[in-house]
Amino acid sequence: MPVLEVKKLNQYFEKGTPNENHALKEINLDLEHGDFVVIIGGNGAGKSTLLNSVAGSLPVSYGHVKINGEDVTYENVSKRSRLISRVFQDPRSGTAPLLTVEENLSLALHRGIWRNFWTNGVKKSDRKLFQEKLAQLNLGLEDRLGAEIGLLSGGQRQAITLLMATIKSPSLLLLDEHTAALDPETSATVMELTDRLVQEQKITTLMITHNMDDAIKYGNRLIMLDHGEIAIELNEKEKEGMTVPKLMQLFKERSGKELNNDAMLLS
Amino acid sequence: MDIDIIISSVYQGLLWSIMAIGVYLTFRILDIADMTAEGSFPLGAAITMQAIVSGVSPILATIYGFLGGAAAGLVSGILHTKLKIPALLTGILTMTGLYSINLFVMGKANISLLATAKTLFNLHDFGSSTANTIVIGGVMVTIVIIILVFFFNTEMGLAARAVGNNQNMSAANGINNDNMKIIVYMLSNGLIALSGSLMAQLNGYADVSMGIGTIVIALAAIIIAEIILKNLSFGKRLITIVIGSMIYRLIIAFVLDRGVDPNALRLFYSLMLAVFLAIPLISKSFKQIKQRRLNNQDQVEDK
Ligand SMILES: Nc1ncnc2c1ncn2[C@@H]1O[C@H](COP(=O)(O)OP(=O)(O)OP(=O)(O)O)[C@@H](O)[C@H]1O
Ligand SMILES: [Mg+2]
Repeated sequence: MPVLEVKKLNQYFEKGTPNENHALKEINLDLEHGDFVVIIGGNGAGKSTLLNSVAGSLPVSYGHVKINGEDVTYENVSKRSRLISRVFQDPRSGTAPLLTVEENLSLALHRGIWRNFWTNGVKKSDRKLFQEKLAQLNLGLEDRLGAEIGLLSGGQRQAITLLMATIKSPSLLLLDEHTAALDPETSATVMELTDRLVQEQKITTLMITHNMDDAIKYGNRLIMLDHGEIAIELNEKEKEGMTVPKLMQLFKERSGKELNNDAMLLS
Repeated sequence: MDIDIIISSVYQGLLWSIMAIGVYLTFRILDIADMTAEGSFPLGAAITMQAIVSGVSPILATIYGFLGGAAAGLVSGILHTKLKIPALLTGILTMTGLYSINLFVMGKANISLLATAKTLFNLHDFGSSTANTIVIGGVMVTIVIIILVFFFNTEMGLAARAVGNNQNMSAANGINNDNMKIIVYMLSNGLIALSGSLMAQLNGYADVSMGIGTIVIALAAIIIAEIILKNLSFGKRLITIVIGSMIYRLIIAFVLDRGVDPNALRLFYSLMLAVFLAIPLISKSFKQIKQRRLNNQDQVEDK
């Protein structure tokens, strides 16, 4: 059984108005357990719309989303969060700035569990776990459990967000250009960390990126969206040996258009 | 100003601080200025006074007052989260409705207690009526702060704080934002009603219009607290709000002592809050101007 099944997914914005925008057209997509699928595509191709539909932050116009065989099409974000975790582009969006590092991590540790009002939100026994996990990041954060997250750098916050997203081994991890707002060096560190966390726990992952090198280097499958449709789909075999120029050529063949280099290559 | 006025400011500040703490929960944790406060404050007073007049023990009567406020918070919370009515409008709706409810509860526009009536403040004699007020007020404030600090560090309390801080993050971590907001609304208005209940028992008097302007008083206490000390942990912040309330009462007492027309008092409340709200901005731009002058001087000296 696939972990994620997207069936005939359609998304319309401002349907029935002159500005109607058919942002996703009959998308079908299956992710098997452990799949790490990279999504690329130009600005406005519908990448974020696809992730938002899977996460539940955007109600689906037509079609279905199933996770572990369960139809979640009509569930909201907080309900789906028992299965899905997510990291956004903006490092500020994944953490609560006025809460401390350990408070944020504790909140993530309770994802999908009822929260009571008589035991401490941050458990002493969890602190050791947090310290171990933070030490693995090599950012010196293991000594800063009590620091307000808002005071940390973007890269540090994004690394912690990744930790929060994977600390409960979600069924599905969604990454929307989560390294795009970081400087190149930090971006590379966070990308490597992502790959390590995903591989270690065999987390099924959907990742959007504008960085073509990353798209080729990471993940076992690749999808290119164009105007709300899947223009290219590469399986594990096809993805091996792929290069940036080959990918550009392929796009031209499939869509009959020249790939706008500026829009794609923000790296 | 004589010592009596100072003492009375202190104990009035104690009782007001419970309201300010209630307002703080919605104002700073949820980032909402909730007008429900001006209806819950007299609601707590009305319920408690009616209960005492009907022979209920003051302790129970006070608890009823708190619960009444929590119910008002529940209504506002549902209007705001489930029906998506903007927070300001929600508060105005509930506050307006509560005016009638308060009249129903009391059966008339006000209730005065007989001098012999039992209240929380004369249940036990600590030596003088001032001592009674300070002891009871102090105990109540301490209980409130301890419970709140405890709650906001539990699993659920942490979740509630996250909701006010970053709603995307809280939803992504499985927190039901609506339910958390409703809980904070209930706690907040329960405390505000408790403050009204205590105030009415102290004065032996409740009036249906006693809520008007109270949110401004509470906000002023909060802003004073934030001006005195910035960036405090939650518990310390609550303590500074108690101090802020006392300072505010002192300022009011001072102004009245100077012979200001009591009719002008609410105008004064508003002006003062406006000034307090502007202080952080003003002091920031002063600093910037100063910095610019320094920079200029450096440049001139360089040449
Ligand atoms: N909330 C919205 N309301 C109206 N239109 C929207 C909304 N969100 C996205 N769109 C439109 O849907 C299309 C797809 O947008 P989407 O954000 O999915 O693109 P994207 O592939 O993520 O692009 P980018 O690389 O710029 O992030 C665009 O035409 C966009 O204008
Ligand atoms: Mg996008």
